[in-house]
Amino acid sequence: MESMILQLSYLIGSVTFIMGLKMLSHPDSARKGNLVAAAGMTIAIFATIFLYKHNGESLHNYLWIFGGLIIGTVVGTIAAKKVQMTAMPEMVSLFNGMGGACAMLISLVEYAKPEEKSTGMLVVIALGMMIGTVSFAGSMIAWGKLNGKIKDRTIPGGQLINFVLFGGLIILDSMVIMGLSAGNPMLFYGILILSALYGILFVMPIGGADMPVVISLLNSFTGVAAAFGGFLYDNPVMLTGGILVGSAGTILTILMCKAMNRSLKNVLIGSFGGAKAGAAAGNKDQGAYKEISLNDTATLMAYASKVMIIPGYGLAVAQAQHTCHELEKVLNEKGVEVLYGIHPVAGRMPGHMNVLLAEADVPYEKLLEMEDANDQMGGTNVVLILGANDVVNPAAKEDPASPIYGMPILEVEKADHVIVNKRSMKPGYAGIENELFFRPKSSMLFGDAKKVLQSLVTELKQM
Amino acid sequence: MEAIINLFTDAATYRLITIVILSIFLGIEVISRVPSVLHTPLMSGANAIHGVVIIGAIIVMGEAPSNDYVALTLGFLAVILGTLNVVGGFVVTDRMLEMFSKKKKK
Repeated sequence: MESMILQLSYLIGSVTFIMGLKMLSHPDSARKGNLVAAAGMTIAIFATIFLYKHNGESLHNYLWIFGGLIIGTVVGTIAAKKVQMTAMPEMVSLFNGMGGACAMLISLVEYAKPEEKSTGMLVVIALGMMIGTVSFAGSMIAWGKLNGKIKDRTIPGGQLINFVLFGGLIILDSMVIMGLSAGNPMLFYGILILSALYGILFVMPIGGADMPVVISLLNSFTGVAAAFGGFLYDNPVMLTGGILVGSAGTILTILMCKAMNRSLKNVLIGSFGGAKAGAAAGNKDQGAYKEISLNDTATLMAYASKVMIIPGYGLAVAQAQHTCHELEKVLNEKGVEVLYGIHPVAGRMPGHMNVLLAEADVPYEKLLEMEDANDQMGGTNVVLILGANDVVNPAAKEDPASPIYGMPILEVEKADHVIVNKRSMKPGYAGIENELFFRPKSSMLFGDAKKVLQSLVTELKQM
Repeated sequence: MEAIINLFTDAATYRLITIVILSIFLGIEVISRVPSVLHTPLMSGANAIHGVVIIGAIIVMGEAPSNDYVALTLGFLAVILGTLNVVGGFVVTDRMLEMFSKKKKK
């Protein structure tokens, strides 16, 4: 009877995960979907605590289990409630790393258990540990890079080291699969160490622009690690949950790669990043750019009939989303139509900009996806680019030599005027020059996005 | 080698493999229809769901002998980390989505 209830709870859990993911993919049902999945998770967790039996024996150590659950819940809730919306990507990366570490620890404890293990079990333990560890180490590096604690660093021969590490992991794993590991813990701890090194080194050289891809990839890794746990315990809910996230995360990763015109292979080997940046920059005749004053910008916008705002990471860094919404309202009062053009990879994660602007109460209908934004661009008088760079770089369309060639961009030059707000002339995260800034239609408005927007609002109110 | 052959001859394992393959297709099917607006909350929601690894941590913890302090400590740590992943993931996702629904009412 008890085992039937347990199995039923797991079935409910699996179904809620599928429903949750499905509902998360529609704006109207997304929030409910998240709650549905959370409810299913709760059921699965409590059913496990009270009903799980191994060889007829119930679980014990309840004090420890509940202690861990309570600590995790309190810390997790506080962290999630307190985090700034701009710091969301690194938070997701951090939580992802926790999941990876959890999988790693499970494998470690299972391996250390004195009981006899079949080769199949050892394989599952070893692979779960490897993927969990890579995900944990990688996520920590991604987290550190996103919040600026770790700088981009290219290690000489890094690619080669990564290949060797990866090869080493494959050899060690094959040895486990062939059944050579019996009574040899060195093999296991070797996998642990190589995985940790690989996780660190494979994320280390990847530049900021690729971070969303990496987090998404690591997210699916942790899913797969969780699924290995499902094999280990013959547990259907871990299996469904883990694999669902594994495959969904992979698809999301591929979609992101497509949006940035980068192959997954490039990201995986870690060949893209800091190294190319220096070479590509400064090899072009840059010409001159012109600056525009705040006053002129305000005038230009006040007399426009349609303004398109293109947000990028600069907006997130400056925390300028609320001021941006204020500018939108002031312009609306003057009869100017304001729309937002959202590039799928603007910011640090797909949809990052949407979340930020939603936080500032910008109406959903005003956020245009790239295709719609490009359609509307022709009738737009002023485009205001706020800290976006690579997503509006015309080289993606015109220069086959450019590393971002082929990436779909927001075609801002179809509009009458392009005003670019940036802090300096420094290239964006892909590390390449943006010719847009030197085009006749463009004018530069230097400064921190928030300060510039505040001044613009003041100027406009006085008009 | 024997391990690989076992995958297909053992009934229980075969069942698990079937679940894996069907889940892969399900995951692909569900995700490929998401508007890019929802990508961040979706990634975050998926992140919370793989926190299901917590169940493994609970089992490890609950099976650890009361005098095996290494297993107890590692298991305890695993439960905390797994819970962080689950609770943090769902709360963050809810916060993101709350903002979407708030404006919808206006």
